[in-house]
Amino acid sequence: MSSLTESSLDPAQAICDFTILAGDPWIHVLKRGQTVRIEDLEGNQAADTLFFNAADPVDRYSAQDTIREQGAIYLTTGTKLISTRGHVLLTITADTCGRHDTLGGACACESNMVRYAIEKRSMHACRDSFLLGARQMGLGKRDLAHNINFFMNVPVTPEGGLTFADGVSAPGRYVEMRAEMDVIALISNCPQLNNPCNGYNPTPVRVLIWA
Amino acid sequence: MPAIDPSLIRFRETVPPGANWSHVLKRGTTLRLTDPEGGANVAALLYNFELLAERLNLPDTLKCQHTARLAKGHCLYTDMGRILVSIPEDTCGWHDPLAGWSTARIVKEKYGAKTYQSARNEWHRNAHDNFVTELGKYGMDERDLTMNVNFFSKVTVDDAGRLSFHPGNSRPGAFVDLRAEMNALVILNTCIHPLDPSPTYAPKPVELTIHTSPPPGPDDFCRNFRMENQRGFTITERYFL
Repeated sequence: MSSLTESSLDPAQAICDFTILAGDPWIHVLKRGQTVRIEDLEGNQAADTLFFNAADPVDRYSAQDTIREQGAIYLTTGTKLISTRGHVLLTITADTCGRHDTLGGACACESNMVRYAIEKRSMHACRDSFLLGARQMGLGKRDLAHNINFFMNVPVTPEGGLTFADGVSAPGRYVEMRAEMDVIALISNCPQLNNPCNGYNPTPVRVLIWA
Repeated sequence: MPAIDPSLIRFRETVPPGANWSHVLKRGTTLRLTDPEGGANVAALLYNFELLAERLNLPDTLKCQHTARLAKGHCLYTDMGRILVSIPEDTCGWHDPLAGWSTARIVKEKYGAKTYQSARNEWHRNAHDNFVTELGKYGMDERDLTMNVNFFSKVTVDDAGRLSFHPGNSRPGAFVDLRAEMNALVILNTCIHPLDPSPTYAPKPVELTIHTSPPPGPDDFCRNFRMENQRGFTITERYFL
């Protein structure tokens, strides 16, 4: 399943170069045919990501449709990211990490209360970033379905167990996708401090876009 | 296995193969899903009936209980850290939270189209369209679709992440209890599992029994199944204070 594929694209030729600080949201429209790279600058960072069909955001990334259509739960080169209406939103074209998570979802203040302690409610969490970022394009809570966690490793065992393992990522690892239609990309650069998904040290990610 | 005290039963209903059903499952009641023939699949979505934007969140459900399957002792959580329903009894042992719904394309490619005009209520239906239809009756739409559970179906994941569907997971008479921990809108249908390899279109019926159930006490199995569930019950009970 894990296959490392380098990109031939030159960062100097990118038309956009963004840095998303840990704990910040980022939202952007990718045009059909553009390639986007998300780079884990310092390693072990989770980039929680949602995609929407820009022409009709009701049609959005669906974890289960993506899992079912490729017959596997992890994402890597060749994965087609499928929407709730069965459309291909993007295709993963390069991946130097090798495995990305579809099942862990986003952290939220409320799920932190369940997972760690009720007193954790006030800690910053991805769902809050998603709500802030989504608002910039007129989207809200009902539009927030289950996200991809780029660079995160959530292994499922044959017995049906689910664990949060140490990251398989490292400084400079990246994943690249080609937009198969105009899509809205919404990223929360994860602020989680309660588990090893960010190595307890949230760090920036970089986003590059090629025309 | 615990039979339900007949005096506690509020009503029974059978959902025929491929059909829709919905109900606001009140706190203090339990829905028993029974697979009379074996091999059933019940695709289900759940919402907080008082706040429909609060809905089943399977990633939160799975990660807080460190599981990729659902069975006795597990709770189904909303995105607000609250419990919609818990599973105090289950004779099946594995319910699938991973593989999602069947679609019109999947059903047509596997089994061909069968229209209502030609087949009346034996027509070929799929879980995605059934969900959208049933959600519409509550003023909801595709925005409210979220990862669904497939009760009675088993899908395992190998070390490489590949899915395998296990036919025969649910034997005739198997049941699972969903105890409402809040007033939960339950949207379900009996469409085939999307990975079911059956060469014929053969969805199964499911029997529903709604019965009164006592509130979960301090020794409740689901409450004590994990530390996370203890907090989940506390957060849910605070919602009603």
